[in-house]
Amino acid sequence: MSARHRPVIELTSVTKTYGEGDTVVHAVAGVDLVVQRGDYVAVMGASGSGKSTLMNIIGCLDGATRGRYLLDGVDIRHRDENQLSRIRNRKIGFIFQSFNLIPRTSALSNVELPLAYAGVKAGDRRMRALAALERVGLSDRTGHLPSELSGGQQQRVAVARAIVTEPVLLLADEPTGALDSHSTAEVLDLFDELSLAGRTLVVITHEDDVAHRAKRVLRMRDGLVVSDERQAAVSDPPPGVRDRAAVAS
Amino acid sequence: MNFLESLRFAVRGVSANKTRSALTTLGILIGVASVIILVAVGTGSSKAVEDQISALGSNTLTVSSTSTTGGGRGGPGGFAAIAALFGGGSQKTDNGTKTRAPQLTMDDARALTDTTKAPDVQGVAPVVSAQSVVATYDGASHTVGTFTGSTPAYLLINNDTIGSGSAFTDDDYNAHRRVAMLGTTVAKALVGGDGTAVVGKTIAFNGKEFRVIGILGAKGSTGPQDQDDRVLAPATAVQDTLAGYGDLSSISVKATSAATTSSAQTQVETVLDGRHHTTSSTRDFSVFSSSSILSAATSSSATFTVLLGAVAAISLLVGGIGVMNIMLVTVTERTREIGIRKAIGARRGDVITQFLLEAVILSMFGGIVGVIVGLVGSRFTIVGVQPVVAPYSVVLAFSVAIITGLFFGLYPANRAASLRPIDALRYE
Repeated sequence: MSARHRPVIELTSVTKTYGEGDTVVHAVAGVDLVVQRGDYVAVMGASGSGKSTLMNIIGCLDGATRGRYLLDGVDIRHRDENQLSRIRNRKIGFIFQSFNLIPRTSALSNVELPLAYAGVKAGDRRMRALAALERVGLSDRTGHLPSELSGGQQQRVAVARAIVTEPVLLLADEPTGALDSHSTAEVLDLFDELSLAGRTLVVITHEDDVAHRAKRVLRMRDGLVVSDERQAAVSDPPPGVRDRAAVAS
Repeated sequence: MNFLESLRFAVRGVSANKTRSALTTLGILIGVASVIILVAVGTGSSKAVEDQISALGSNTLTVSSTSTTGGGRGGPGGFAAIAALFGGGSQKTDNGTKTRAPQLTMDDARALTDTTKAPDVQGVAPVVSAQSVVATYDGASHTVGTFTGSTPAYLLINNDTIGSGSAFTDDDYNAHRRVAMLGTTVAKALVGGDGTAVVGKTIAFNGKEFRVIGILGAKGSTGPQDQDDRVLAPATAVQDTLAGYGDLSSISVKATSAATTSSAQTQVETVLDGRHHTTSSTRDFSVFSSSSILSAATSSSATFTVLLGAVAAISLLVGGIGVMNIMLVTVTERTREIGIRKAIGARRGDVITQFLLEAVILSMFGGIVGVIVGLVGSRFTIVGVQPVVAPYSVVLAFSVAIITGLFFGLYPANRAASLRPIDALRYE
């Protein structure tokens, strides 16, 4: 299988349990999932459905109890802390609900951060960070501190930080949970653009509006994937772009 | 990630909360400054003592009587004391004289000038002291610090110079002439000005009149003691008028050179043992060389310095604990930041380096300012001592400050690095 067609995510019978004996909790009770390159997947579910645990496993922030996880063809089991840090740095771009920018640090420095940890030289780093900020439409805000930016702008800085390393996977956890409707639209349009550009996105959400924009929607309950619905083919544009094109013509 | 990058993060971390960083730094600053200043005070005071003693000359010996009770000169005293306990009647007074503190006499001093028995002795001066002497002249009066009666040889042995006028002679000594030489402090107190006007005048010491023939060269004051508050006169005249004909308070002996000081000491002991019928174990006098006094003084001032340094070191330790405390607060406060950093690719080492550097920056900054404060503070006279900065204390205090930062930063930094990103991100 060539790198082009290798799935980004390949989960095989993945479980995650907490506690032992009578008090055992199956947060993820056995999930099989393959996400192809270029797909845009929304994972839905009520709280306690196991979607956050699944995201932690996919994001290499937490290990699975049982099962196999290949991220871009790399087996994640039996990796030590530092190796996991390196994998997260190289392969995954995180977008969090609460933005999670480093406080008192400019937008540019925040975007540069993953490159700094990857060991990219200062000049190169700056260039790439500026390009990423331009990509999210914040070229005029590079020197601003997070506290000087609106929620939508902060989330766009976070998106810039996530894409700056050119990761194989963008992983967003409730990316619009802390945003008003205008900023939500901004961020979702940005996701559409990224999907159009061929990026692989996995978005954890409980909002239907967000799920409607994805090419594929997974619903979870009690640690299991209960439905897997495709709204657009992997190679097609995301539904949001398609619908707008239909309205325009 | 390279070191410079971690340093940049650390500097940003420290400067993010300037007040807190400044206060934390203050603890280290005080510690480092106090180590430097207190060790400088210790060094300064021991240097003052050394100067004072080396002014005596390195080849000077001082013989003084040791007051012993009972077992002093010859065994019988001890028995007599026991006999006295049982009411030994008439013998009492006789034993009393035998057991009283033994004495150094003019004859002892004279015996030491014997060049065959004591070939390494260059000069001998018997010293007679008069206590509580008040000098009066023309309405002015002054209590003399030290009133010494001796021979002209005393000037040579004591490295004394003549400021103005002249010294007394062997002729003055033999003729019991009431002449005196004043220290500058006494001269100034009596006639004012630079004191030279006193030469040729007649001064009353406790009512006994002496003619002033000279002024002793100034020696300055080292520490609290004024070495110029003194009067020197022929021992014969002093015994006639103020001190009486009892014991000598000491005998000053000068060896031919610094190298022969110890052999001169042995010769002096042998001569006096012969005269007093004593051995080294029953000796009723003791001979000090200035070097032995010096070493005793040096070791006691070294103890003093170590004590001061230890007190200061404790404050440095407290400063270090302050750094650790604030670093722990910082780590807790920035748990989320640590989580973000780890989520986007910071490795354990990156986090440790960053937080360790923050601690070291705090302590190093405190160290640098502390050294400056310490050096400036050491320029002032403190409790009568001019501090002498010991270079080792500067190096030591500064490096201990940095090591303190490293040591006390290690635990918080390790704690930060051990946070699991998943927990740290969830932290509110």
